Amino acid sequence: MPQKKIRVLIAKPGLDGHDRGAKIIARALRDAGMEVIYTGLRQTPEMIASAAVQEDVDVIGLSILSGAHNTICPQLMNLLREKGMQDVTVLVGGIIPEADIPAMKQSGIAEIFLPGTSTQNIVEFIHKRLAR
Amino acid sequence: MSDKVKASTTTITTSDAPAAPREPSAGERGWEENTLRPTLEKSPERQSEFTTISGYPIRRLYTPADLPGWDPNRDLGFPGEPPYTRGIHSTMHRGRLWTMRQFAGFGTAEDTNQRFRYLLAQGQTGLSTAFDLPTLMGYDSDHPLSEGEVGKCGVAISSLADMEVLFDQIPLANVTTSMTINSPAAVIWAMYLAVAEKQGADWKKLSGTLQNDILKEYIAQKEYIYPPEPSMRLVIDTFEFAVKNTPKFNPISVSGYHIREAGSTAIQELAFTLRDGMEYVEYGMRRGLDADQFVPQLSFFFNAHNDFFEEIAKYRAARRIWHKAMVERYGSKNPRSWALRFHTQTAGCSLTAQQPYNNVVRTALQAMAAVLGGTQSLHTNSLDEAWALPTEFAATIALRTQQIIAHETGVTNTVDPLGGSYFVETLTNEVERGAWDYIEKIDAMGGMVPAIERSYPQREIAEASYKYQVAVDKKEKIIVGVNDYVAQEKPLDILQIDETVAHRQAERLSKLRADRSKAEVDRRLTALRRAAEGKDNLMPFLFDAVKAYATVGEICDALREVFGTYEEVAIT
Repeated sequence: MPQKKIRVLIAKPGLDGHDRGAKIIARALRDAGMEVIYTGLRQTPEMIASAAVQEDVDVIGLSILSGAHNTICPQLMNLLREKGMQDVTVLVGGIIPEADIPAMKQSGIAEIFLPGTSTQNIVEFIHKRLAR
Repeated sequence: MSDKVKASTTTITTSDAPAAPREPSAGERGWEENTLRPTLEKSPERQSEFTTISGYPIRRLYTPADLPGWDPNRDLGFPGEPPYTRGIHSTMHRGRLWTMRQFAGFGTAEDTNQRFRYLLAQGQTGLSTAFDLPTLMGYDSDHPLSEGEVGKCGVAISSLADMEVLFDQIPLANVTTSMTINSPAAVIWAMYLAVAEKQGADWKKLSGTLQNDILKEYIAQKEYIYPPEPSMRLVIDTFEFAVKNTPKFNPISVSGYHIREAGSTAIQELAFTLRDGMEYVEYGMRRGLDADQFVPQLSFFFNAHNDFFEEIAKYRAARRIWHKAMVERYGSKNPRSWALRFHTQTAGCSLTAQQPYNNVVRTALQAMAAVLGGTQSLHTNSLDEAWALPTEFAATIALRTQQIIAHETGVTNTVDPLGGSYFVETLTNEVERGAWDYIEKIDAMGGMVPAIERSYPQREIAEASYKYQVAVDKKEKIIVGVNDYVAQEKPLDILQIDETVAHRQAERLSKLRADRSKAEVDRRLTALRRAAEGKDNLMPFLFDAVKAYATVGEICDALREVFGTYEEVAIT
């Protein structure tokens, strides 16, 4: 029986409109055979959590370059828990100071991908994480 | 009036290539046979193809054979004269160095004021203001959507009161100021003008730049609020106001920087920027303005990316294209409309999080290209750009980079040192040709606004950015420290901005709302809304509103009510 495709939500939370990375990741994951939904810009954590539920995704990829990650990520993780989505793999890409990474991982974020990450690394991480 | 806008049938009048085949001289053929061939047999070249970072193929050697029909009088000219290939002033940097204008802004107005004064004391010669995301998007610091964002990407400005603090001890009459703001540009400009007035500065002498380029927001930076038509109305309002009231101020900085940062090629950056410029000219003319009155106050803004010669060719081609467009499309008679003036910023997207000190080198080389390309103004990025906003330490090195280029390298001793290089002149021609192709495609769509509505530039950029990433992932393009020459390293000390900024702003806003006259604010916002529904120039209404201490958010919301808001169709 064919493997169910991995479903990924790529989201741009907060006010920032820089979407080059988010769009590239969305396309790379699609090219790697995943089903990708891109939320578009200026999503609140509520909108992202709802979309994740609605689209029944396995992975959420957040693109954050604005420095707002310490506000956005805890809010999103709480909402996901409230909605029973705590098993979803949450990934963050963007501009994240190294000092902030441990707390983010503690809150349940699976991995943080900094500038310079190759798209293969992200694809491999997802495959390994979901064991498919 | 709109009949003056001709459909483009512009032909390239530089060289006849690519139609004309390349005809090497007998000497060159001899070299290929006797010297090149044995070398290649013994030792093939490192790659099968050499391309610019934009993917443009580059030949092994450039000779006169690459410039058939090239006429130095027609194609090169002299600096300060059409076609401006060599520069827009006859003495260029011998006469006056480019303005060293470092983009700065973070935290509160006090924080940024301090950084402004520091940079001026260190020898920068112009100011450039970075605003935070809430301000850029027309929200007050205490708006729910501002949570986590206040002061993080730039300075938090919610009212004229903040603007007054921002320029404390800085005489606007004596220092040119650039403000990187787009959707709320007219509002922020009104605040700037109010501060200038309070300082006793003469508006007629005020000099500076407002970015105010909404077209590139739809294309690349995505900091739009309102839909295109009302947004263009606001922009043309600023042109009209500037012509009458601030003749030395650039009400717009038509930008390619952000288009390039979003992943476009150099040719796309050039083409989309200049076509945006033409769109603004046409909208201005449709308003009934005389192009030769407002175009001299338009300025431009380009990226300085890694590919040294491609960037230089791009700037030279830009000047030639703009002159041609102004004369052939708009019948311009004023030489001040023909001379393209630009600011440059070195490429943020090229800087790496890995081995960040390498970024000092990248920035220096990129800055050199901008100088050799004839820029009027320059910002050099800091080494920590991929991690955070610049520390004072990093910002100082960035400024020193410009000062070293200016005073130690000798490149300012002569105008357009690369003029006449077979390579640079050929590349200039090629980049120009490539840009015209795009410009004409956009013409055929009915202009830039229609092109944006069908997502044409957005798709081109997405495609180019993906192609580049694939090349990097495959190691076809090497990024030192990232996909080659990788090394373990210690984390950098970076600038930290925390939530105290947001708290201070919230307190300030409470106090502001308590102290000002709510009745007056309401009256002026009502007048603004009414004017926005009609055709009046909104600048006087914005000026009145800011002086009553209406906030950025309140003013932008008033306009949201009238103009509506815009949402793009996302292209991935």
